[in-house]
This record gives sequence, C-alpha cells and structure tokens, in this order.
Amino acid sequence: MRAPLRLLPLRLEDVVFEVGSRRIIRGISATLEAGSRTIVIGPNGAGKSVLLRLCHGLLKPTAGSINWHSPEIAGAPRRQAMVFQRPVMLRRSVLGNVIYALNVAAVPARQRQEQAMEALRKVGLTTLAGHAARVLSGGEQQRLALARVWALRPEVLFLDEPTASLDPGATHEIEKIIAALHAAGTKIVLVTHNLGQARRLGDEIWFLHQGQLVERAPTESFLRRPASPEAAQFLEGELPW
Amino acid sequence: MNSIAQAGAQALHLMGVADPNLVGIVRLSLEVSLTSVTMACLVGLPLGAAIAVSEFPGKRAVIVVLNALMGLPPVVVGLFVYLMLSRAGPLGPLGILFTPTAMVIAQTILIAPLMAALSRQAVGDAWSEYREQLRSLGETKLGAAATLLWDLRFSLVTLIMAGFGRAASEVGAVIIVGGNIDGVTRVMTTTIALETSKGDLPLALGLGFILLAIVLALNASAYVIKETAQRHYG
Repeated sequence: MRAPLRLLPLRLEDVVFEVGSRRIIRGISATLEAGSRTIVIGPNGAGKSVLLRLCHGLLKPTAGSINWHSPEIAGAPRRQAMVFQRPVMLRRSVLGNVIYALNVAAVPARQRQEQAMEALRKVGLTTLAGHAARVLSGGEQQRLALARVWALRPEVLFLDEPTASLDPGATHEIEKIIAALHAAGTKIVLVTHNLGQARRLGDEIWFLHQGQLVERAPTESFLRRPASPEAAQFLEGELPW
Repeated sequence: MNSIAQAGAQALHLMGVADPNLVGIVRLSLEVSLTSVTMACLVGLPLGAAIAVSEFPGKRAVIVVLNALMGLPPVVVGLFVYLMLSRAGPLGPLGILFTPTAMVIAQTILIAPLMAALSRQAVGDAWSEYREQLRSLGETKLGAAATLLWDLRFSLVTLIMAGFGRAASEVGAVIIVGGNIDGVTRVMTTTIALETSKGDLPLALGLGFILLAIVLALNASAYVIKETAQRHYG
C-alpha cells in the first residue's frame, strides 16, 4: 500500500552544506525524478555521501532548499529509506531486525511477522531468520539491510556505497536485489565508486566534483563521451583498461 | 594469630549451621541492596539513555554533575536522608526512619546517579554508531534510547553489578538511616562494623566471607552472561 501523495520529484535549489569553514556542497540545483535509477559518482571528497544524507534528511543544508513534491509529515512513517556502507544491526535475530523496522514504521503488530518473512524471502535469508544478526557475514548483513528497507516498501531508496566492502560474489547478490527493488517500483539513488556497477545499475549519472554537480547524463553516453573535462579525467583514472 | 584462626573456625561453624541471626542479617542485606539497585536502575538507566541521545543546552554540565555524583559519599547521603526523614524533617510524619524502607531510599539515592552516569556513557558510545541508522528508520529520540538500552542489555548486566557491589558494601548510609537495630535494620556491613568494634570477630568474619562470596558469585555470573551473550549475539 502506497500513500496517495508521491514524494518525488525531489527538488534541490542552490543547496550548500558547510562544516565549520569547509564548504562540502557548493550550490547544487537539480531535480530527482521518479522512475529512473540515479547513480552518483565522483572522486573521494566530492560530497557524494553528504549529498545523499542531505536528500534523505539526515543532514540539513546550510543554505538553499530541498523539497519533496509532497513533504514528509513529521512523526509519520518514512516513505524513503537508506542503506549505508556499513549496515548497523541490532542485537536481535535477523527476523527481529526487520520486525523492529516495521514496528518503528507503525505497521500493525499482526502484519509484521508476515511482511518481515516476505522481505527475508526476497533477499534469500529465510533460513537465517532465527540467527543473531550481528554475527552474519558482511554480505549477509547488507542483504538484511536491504530486507529491512524492502519490508518498508519505500518510494525512494538511497544507497551509500552498499558494496564497497564486499567481495564480487556478495556484490552480485546485492546488485540483483537492488535491481529487483527497482523493478518493484522503488526509485534508486546509489552512490558508488565502481564504474562497472554504475553501468550495470544506472539509468543516469550525476557526476560530482568538489561539491558541485558538474555533469548529469544517461549512463552510456556519460561513460563513452563525458562532456566535462573533470569527468573525462575521472573516468581515465578509474577505468581498468 | 591464634585468635584469628579461632575466629575463622567459629565463623565457618556459624555459616555451616546456618545460624538464624546470621541468616537474618544476610537476608535483610540482600533485600535492601537488591531493592535499591532495582529502583536505581528503573530511574537511572532510562535517564542516562535519554541524556545520551538528546541534545540540549547545558548537556555537558549535566554530564559533569552526573559523573561527579557517582562519587557521592554514602555518609552524606545518609545524613541527607536522615534529615528528610527525622521527626522534624519534611518527611518525618511518614515515620520510616530506622526502618529498612529508609535504608532502601538512601541506597537508591546513592546508586541511581551511578546507574545514570554509566548508562549515559554506554548508550552515548553506542549512539554514535547507531544514530544515522535509527534516524533513517524514523525512530524518535525516546524510542532510540529504549532501543539502545535493550541492545546493550548484556553490557548493562556488568553495570548493574557495579551498582549492587556499591550498595551491598556501603556502610555509611544504612547505619545512619537504619540505626543498626538488632533484628530490624542490621545488615552485613553495619554488623561487621559493630562486632569488630566490640571484639566479636567470628560473626564479623563470617559475614565478611559471605559478603565477599556473594559479590564474587554475582560478578562471575555477570561475566558468564556477558561472554555467552556476546558470542551468540555479537
């Protein structure tokens, strides 16, 4: 069940974020549209993770504005979710972690168990449902983090380098789940360092450089013919061939 | 040396035959200290957790005061509670001075700041790890405090033991507000103090052994609980 008013598009206007005297985001204006999978890439320190946290609402911009099409209501269950590079699991069972998220989202108690098991099934963790979450492997924990957000059926999902500390096998699993989440109707906004991942998962690229949105283009054309010299330089440095 | 050995033997005898006087004192000690620790936990743990996850002006000052209160001298707490409960004091009409209830009140006041300060520390450390995740899920501040207390439940066992150790081993507060009345408010520590000054070492030594054994056993079980839980839950 989805709330009738949609969150997207998300409009960013002259967004600036500073910590002390350091300006991390230097005036970004853009609109995040529904549907497509948006990949945010850029060199270290470009402000990718900060931009994601600003959009998700974990940080407040120093200047400028970030507005959803229909604003989130304070105190109401969230309709957007985030998966972090290092997921934080509670000292509960795998199932308990998903049920906890449903509890916070005010899902009625009698539906939680079923919705949580359904989410675990989607990420292939049903056999581990009774295990303690914090002793799972990194890849399993990240799948659990995805189950936790899947159970919430968010309209928008932000992911901050979700596979950065995972091996290729686990990365593949995570990418499959992200693709399935998108197919189920969730807008994906993913920060990554991995150009291969950007190609596999992305419809469009936002290229960040020194706190600015330097280029925005469909994935293929960005990877083949970047328009800006910064992006061209970045791709040259990053490409393995 | 001989008299110490004799006293030790008599102490073991008292323990061996479960001397009713001795058993009564041990039971009252445990009742008073366990009740106090329970009350102190009910107040202190949520308070510490709430402080840890909240941002408010003067938070640092509150933390400094809370940490300082960990070192409250038991005799001062005893004196304060005595003044409150004495006939001329504001709570005098309750008529609970020199009863176990007064001892529980004094020990609760003594232990609650310790519980709050330690819980503030533990929850504060965890909060820096969990904050983004819990906020992302839409958890409220108070919800987060409760979630973190539950998540740290195995670490809190050690912390509660520290509180119990302080309650069971203090003598200053309970002797002032309890009065060390034989058969009514006499606990292990006050008996040890009294019997030693009287020169009756067997009872004092026997109680000393028991007090040590109880504290040791509780801490050993706390350690085992924590180890086992950590291996299981990570």
